[in-house]
Amino acid sequence: MTDFKLNGQTVSSNAAPDTPLLWVIRDELKLTGTKFGCGVNMCGACTVHVNGRAQRSCITPVSAIAGAQITTIEGLSTDGNHPLQKAWREAQAPQCGYCQSGQIMQAATLLHDYPNPTDDQISAVMNGSLCRCMAYVRIRKAIKIAAAEINGVALPVEAQHD
Amino acid sequence: MLKRLLTIAVGLIIVAAAGFAILSHRPAIAPISPPAASSFSADEVERGRLATAAGFCVTCHTAPGGKELAGGLSFKTPFGTLYSTNITPDPDTGIGRWSEAAFARAMSEGVRRDGKHLFPAFPFDHFTKVSDADVQAIYAYLMTRPAVHQEAPANTLPFPLNIRAFEWGWKLLSFRPGKFQPDPSKSAEWNRGAYLAEGLGHCSSCHSPRNLWQAEEQGDQRYNGNIIEGWYAPPLNASNPSSIPWTEQELYTFLKTGATALHGSAGGSMGHVTRQLAQLPDSDVHAIATYYADLDGSAQRHVDTQAVIKQALAKSASDTVRPADHGAQIFRAACASCHYNGGDEPQLMRPELALTTALNANNPNDLVMVVLNGVSMPDGLPTAMMPGFKHALTDKDIADLANYLRRSRTDKGEWDDLPARIAELRKLSTEP
Repeated sequence: MTDFKLNGQTVSSNAAPDTPLLWVIRDELKLTGTKFGCGVNMCGACTVHVNGRAQRSCITPVSAIAGAQITTIEGLSTDGNHPLQKAWREAQAPQCGYCQSGQIMQAATLLHDYPNPTDDQISAVMNGSLCRCMAYVRIRKAIKIAAAEINGVALPVEAQHD
Repeated sequence: MLKRLLTIAVGLIIVAAAGFAILSHRPAIAPISPPAASSFSADEVERGRLATAAGFCVTCHTAPGGKELAGGLSFKTPFGTLYSTNITPDPDTGIGRWSEAAFARAMSEGVRRDGKHLFPAFPFDHFTKVSDADVQAIYAYLMTRPAVHQEAPANTLPFPLNIRAFEWGWKLLSFRPGKFQPDPSKSAEWNRGAYLAEGLGHCSSCHSPRNLWQAEEQGDQRYNGNIIEGWYAPPLNASNPSSIPWTEQELYTFLKTGATALHGSAGGSMGHVTRQLAQLPDSDVHAIATYYADLDGSAQRHVDTQAVIKQALAKSASDTVRPADHGAQIFRAACASCHYNGGDEPQLMRPELALTTALNANNPNDLVMVVLNGVSMPDGLPTAMMPGFKHALTDKDIADLANYLRRSRTDKGEWDDLPARIAELRKLSTEP
């Protein structure tokens, strides 16, 4: 029996202790915004927050997060208006949409650590979050739009609308 | 002629055996009724709580998932497997019938209440240094814990190593009982740190190599580090390989919180140690840090720390360029999201691998153990964890990754025999 907080609510899982958190979130707790992509920590589709920091849930056993605060894409904001979510809509970043929840969760930690990220910093931190539709250009643009809003500064030229 | 020689030989053997039996014998101390918790003052119990934290007794005397202090943790030694005992005040399976004198004798001489010698997996060679007042306080603390009825599993030492009387011989070779002696040429803070580290802290039990009969190496070899069940406890003396010196400030922060931005996180058993030390007063943790900062000669290491950091960050930042080798690709896909450091300073929550002892050590053990097992929340920084990759990466993946990191982040040569080492450490990994 593993107890933890999920998007602010205390929950309990009966899954075996070595069950990946991803399956507990999706199958047991019915939050399907977090996706399965590879199962080996190589694609980032499963990214959630553990105590506020991005972590990949496909190789995190549920026993390892006992007592922790887990945030999924559903819990990133109460009304879907986190700066990243707004920026994603503004930049029209998603194509098929499958990787996007993982991208957004990882980008949230990127912006926490590097509030005004350079292109290199965006590349380095986001490299492990794969997008088969190759929407990287718009993902990068959305990150910069969100950074500008969070920092209260003017948008960089290349992030403004075409 | 032969008959006479045989008679003399047999006579000598009998004398030797009798001598051995007499010299190795220790009397039993009579059992007592378990003392009432109220017979110990609150002050003494509190002092005992802190002393027990300083010695992290609970770490060795608790089985994974088991009741605190009830024993059952296994120690795989070259001589066989030993199990820690129950030190709750249970009268039948714990130390409930031990008088204070019996407890004090166990701590200072390594002898059980019934007179049997204790195996030196219990570090009485360190606890002999602990003051009477602290020993009494620890007794008060232990005797006021919840009693747990639990027998420790039997040790698996083969004959004749399981004969406790032979420990007398081990002690003759490698043990001198006696309280801690302060060094008058050093400060009060240094001496407090030395008392804690050499006595209750028993740091050299893990951080010193051991000899043929598993006694700690003394002299030059002392504090040269050791590998215990896969984990490398690095040197605490001047041969520590970290690129940034372990100053008093770094040691204090590491021991108190479990990690620093310039050295990374504690792993394996060290995480448990830091959790316990975090309970001690700041002055005590500073004292231990002062002692080891002196021992590791950090003040004499003329390292341009800023230059080292700058170089480490430059190497970290260079990973954004499309890499050609498999190890670099794994790093970019699986590791960089957490381990990349691109700013002016390494961030505490983004452990900079170039600065870790693990990557700079003369063996790959800690790097491989962390990659396989991750760092759990009880082990590292309290809110942070790293998942283990044992199900996600093959031995070859890990070897390529380790070689890439060693080559790109350090100026040191490749580790020997990496694939075999990874396979062996994978077998030791017990996390899910």
